[in-house]
Amino acid sequence: MLRIPYCVAYGIREINVLAEKYRLEIDKILAKYPPEHKRSAVMPLLYLAQTEYGCLTQTAMAEVGDLCGLSATQVAGVVGFYTLYHDHPAGRRYVQICTDLPCALRGADKFADDLCQKLGVKLGGTTKDGAFTVEAVMCLAGCAKAPMFQVQDADGLHYHESESAEKPMTVEQAVSILEGYQKK
Amino acid sequence: MPEHILLRHRDIPDLHQLEVYLQHGGYEAFKKAVTTMTPQQVIDEVRNSGLRGRGGAGFPTGVKWGFLTKAFPRYVVANSDESEPGTFKDRELLERNPHQFFEGLMIAAYAAQANLAYNYMRGEFWNIALRLDAALDELRARGFLGQNLFGAAYSLDIHNHLGAGAYICGEESALLESIEGKLGQPRLKPPFPADKGLYNKPTVVNNTETLANVPFIIAKGAAEYRKFGTEKSPGVKVFCLSGNVNRPGNYELELGKFTLRQLIDDFGGGAPGGKKVKAILMSGASSNVLMGTDDVLDAPMDYETIQAKGAALGSASVIVVDESVDMAWLTLKTTRFFKHESCGKCTPCREGTYWMLNLLERLNKNDAVKADVDLLNTVAAQIQNKCLCPLGEFAIAPVLTSLKQFRADFDAHTKDAAKKPAPAARPAPARPAPAKAAEPAPAGD
Repeated sequence: MLRIPYCVAYGIREINVLAEKYRLEIDKILAKYPPEHKRSAVMPLLYLAQTEYGCLTQTAMAEVGDLCGLSATQVAGVVGFYTLYHDHPAGRRYVQICTDLPCALRGADKFADDLCQKLGVKLGGTTKDGAFTVEAVMCLAGCAKAPMFQVQDADGLHYHESESAEKPMTVEQAVSILEGYQKK
Repeated sequence: MPEHILLRHRDIPDLHQLEVYLQHGGYEAFKKAVTTMTPQQVIDEVRNSGLRGRGGAGFPTGVKWGFLTKAFPRYVVANSDESEPGTFKDRELLERNPHQFFEGLMIAAYAAQANLAYNYMRGEFWNIALRLDAALDELRARGFLGQNLFGAAYSLDIHNHLGAGAYICGEESALLESIEGKLGQPRLKPPFPADKGLYNKPTVVNNTETLANVPFIIAKGAAEYRKFGTEKSPGVKVFCLSGNVNRPGNYELELGKFTLRQLIDDFGGGAPGGKKVKAILMSGASSNVLMGTDDVLDAPMDYETIQAKGAALGSASVIVVDESVDMAWLTLKTTRFFKHESCGKCTPCREGTYWMLNLLERLNKNDAVKADVDLLNTVAAQIQNKCLCPLGEFAIAPVLTSLKQFRADFDAHTKDAAKKPAPAARPAPARPAPAKAAEPAPAGD
């Protein structure tokens, strides 16, 4: 198959690490939307960039913008609007504990506080070794299995829920789940 | 209920696998629609079934499909954004019975004569999206998606689109903005999506659970579907039970055939420790709060009855609140959610939720006076009917109804309350009121 250089294929002049490294993925993402609406690809492309760069740096946002026909400022607007995009470096993984009403009725606030204490952080803070940034977040659609949390890392998002209402997750169990991530 | 219609995976193991789904009549309804029915016949069948939107608004699905204006291309979008606190039904469907949902989406696309459909999922459903991407590839390989389906002149493709953590994208016009690569902010309506939706083209947006009902209706007919539920609220509904109950979870029930008490006590095992039910939120955090009176608890759960009791059945995300819960704390929780999720487009919602949260935080620290409770009421009332989308209304619903029905819970936190303040999370300040000049108020979180 004839391979056109990415800069020609995407109409980009400057160096674009994403385009160079993830040609196949980018083509797949762009194919999902009508060619005249390339802008729609901004969200999946941002996930791709976040995986590559760890967080959405200025460079990352400019590259994403080049790929879907947006300015870096427009991309930054999208990044700022959604909570799963991160524009500054944090821990290698986000631990996001749901403390919304249904979970809170089942003790999620105490669970979050206790887990933070065990990890030696405050909510919103990062552990000393830089492994985890712990946050309280809004409802994750896991209300029946509270307390619960998700871990966001380079591989995506992973849910960790209580087995059942009778067997809520303990802080010790949560800690051992997180230790599992560190062995990865 | 003998057999599930929506949560069929509970009766049939491994239903998420295409092979198993096909063995149990999978995609027969879609084939029937494409090969033997006109799009209009499909719309009529769904309209006759009386199916209403299961995402919250409860709008008749077939009627919605009939609103599409005569322009092409058209799009169909599944709303799998499911972000309402207390709602986790779509997630179970997408995880365990995805093909039934896809089949419903495909039938809807055929009815709308759309050749492209999107499934918009909240970003947290990342792992589900990976599986669903694979499922769509499988459907393409097996000829259920693609050109000239079943030898007919109809072509269709479906793509998954992941959001990134914004509740507001569950509002249909905000969702469309989000797919278009813009900020997820609602549009001014009209024009409605049926006229100018995705990429300014006629678009149908339906909730995941709504679509999961469609294959049954097409396969067995509207009359068969109407055998479930009541005359005005036909069919089945997944009730998400959460909060202070022993067995929270999803329960698929016929509409109007079960009371709240049955749901909470018989299915949910009652409140832990045999406590009394103080309040119920029928459709997640955005509900009008219902008091746990016999009148409410013995009401059959259908759209009309719940409406008559002062709330909406909505997505049927039932959050049970027992007598140990302080409603001032509860409204703090819901308000924090809506303040965080306000998209910032409309001033009353953006500013109003901010000030409501301020007042509620002060109240919950026992640092407010009775006039602050009145002020809370005023701020909430000023948001009413002043926003582009329902989020503003959602934010104030639990606050206004709690203030009305449980005012004592709020007053108990005030310094000038008649009685001693109720025990709260933090001890009341030791010094009397006048001395609190420059005490820094720490932000909540």
